[in-house]
Amino acid sequence: MAKSKSIRVKVNGSERLATVQARRNLADFLREDLALTGTHLGCEHGVCGACTVLVDGEAVRSCLMLAVQAEGHEITTVEGLTTPDGEPGPLQQAFWDNHGLQCGYCTPGMLCATAALLKENPHPSAEEIRERLSGNLCRCTGYQDIVESVIAATK
Amino acid sequence: MKAPIFDYEAPSSLEEALKLLQERGDDAKVMAGGQSLMPMLNMRLARPALVVDINRVAGLDYIRAENGHLKVGALARHTDIAKNADVARGWPLLREAAAQIGHDAIRNRGTLAGSMAHADPSAEHPAVLVALDGEIVVRSSRGERVVKADDFFVGYLTTALQPDEIVTEVRFPALPARTGSTFIEFAPRVGDFAVVGVAAAVTLGADGTWQDARIALTGVGGTPFRARQAEAALRGKRPSADDIRAAAASVGEAIDPESDMKASARYRRHLARVLTEQALATAAQRGGHK
Repeated sequence: MAKSKSIRVKVNGSERLATVQARRNLADFLREDLALTGTHLGCEHGVCGACTVLVDGEAVRSCLMLAVQAEGHEITTVEGLTTPDGEPGPLQQAFWDNHGLQCGYCTPGMLCATAALLKENPHPSAEEIRERLSGNLCRCTGYQDIVESVIAATK
Repeated sequence: MKAPIFDYEAPSSLEEALKLLQERGDDAKVMAGGQSLMPMLNMRLARPALVVDINRVAGLDYIRAENGHLKVGALARHTDIAKNADVARGWPLLREAAAQIGHDAIRNRGTLAGSMAHADPSAEHPAVLVALDGEIVVRSSRGERVVKADDFFVGYLTTALQPDEIVTEVRFPALPARTGSTFIEFAPRVGDFAVVGVAAAVTLGADGTWQDARIALTGVGGTPFRARQAEAALRGKRPSADDIRAAAASVGEAIDPESDMKASARYRRHLARVLTEQALATAAQRGGHK
């Protein structure tokens, strides 16, 4: 019986190989083993949304998925939303320009959830943005500027 | 917190998974979407010696309409349900319920069958299954059995599932023509756990009488509550708005909810009454009731 396992995962376009404990959640794998600390952990039980990443393009709570379950899948984190030369991507720039963040803790999750939303619907209404981001908690902004940022990113 | 150390197996066939459970079922947990088990592991409310991850088992992610039933395999996710054309056509009640579960990220992973096996007392799908008199197909290395919804949900987070068994399929009977249905719930925010939710379906006869009414509530006790008394009061009649209100009021009386940090028992009774009235009116209207 295995308590750890070797996995091969594509993260932000690069193949990564690692041996991980079975209990390692995807968020800790990204942060601790791959040093991708852009993904934040808030509650570690699926409520706050800070750890949201994209798995095969779909929004997923990385605290509610085991790293071993990512075997063979493609992960995109907030680090993968930049331009190829590492500058903020259009979505990140829109958040910056519209004060869509203050402390920044929830931002990686907000950006990944938004990326999934815009892939499905490039021009969501403000109401839809609010509903689709309702699984991501922000304690600074009051959400208004986040919604404005997403709208700006669709223009 | 972090999950405790456990053995992990991700078998590629159901037979292998069942063999693991036959050997170590008492100390094992089955993981499908993980949206209930992972929080329990992270908070160490669950400390299984072995996690049997069934995500690599092929052929369990189906949703198909067959012989008057919707058959949902163990790995069909809430998002799959919400987007499925057969579900939209024949089981809009299920679609409406699926869309109210958690958030995108939760629905992308969480499974309908897992929701049944976990049996959270405020979950949506168990109430829909009870309202429609659905069935749960359960497999172990001893064989297969089909459990009726009423017999499956035993108590708070407790089902008729044995330690060596896996839910392989959930079956929802089709509703007759001229049936309207709805699932409505009250939660403080979109996507939060429901405080109270109601699944309702009303079937009208050609003359406009209610041939059938089905009502099941979530969040009002350890298991989904089927409001049979209220159903009987409405069946065979052409109820007025007052009759519907009276039936809904009787549901508020019939339940025995508990108080917790989300709501008092009294408030739950109030929600049960108000939401049942709304759900019946909406379902009946969708079925053609005037």
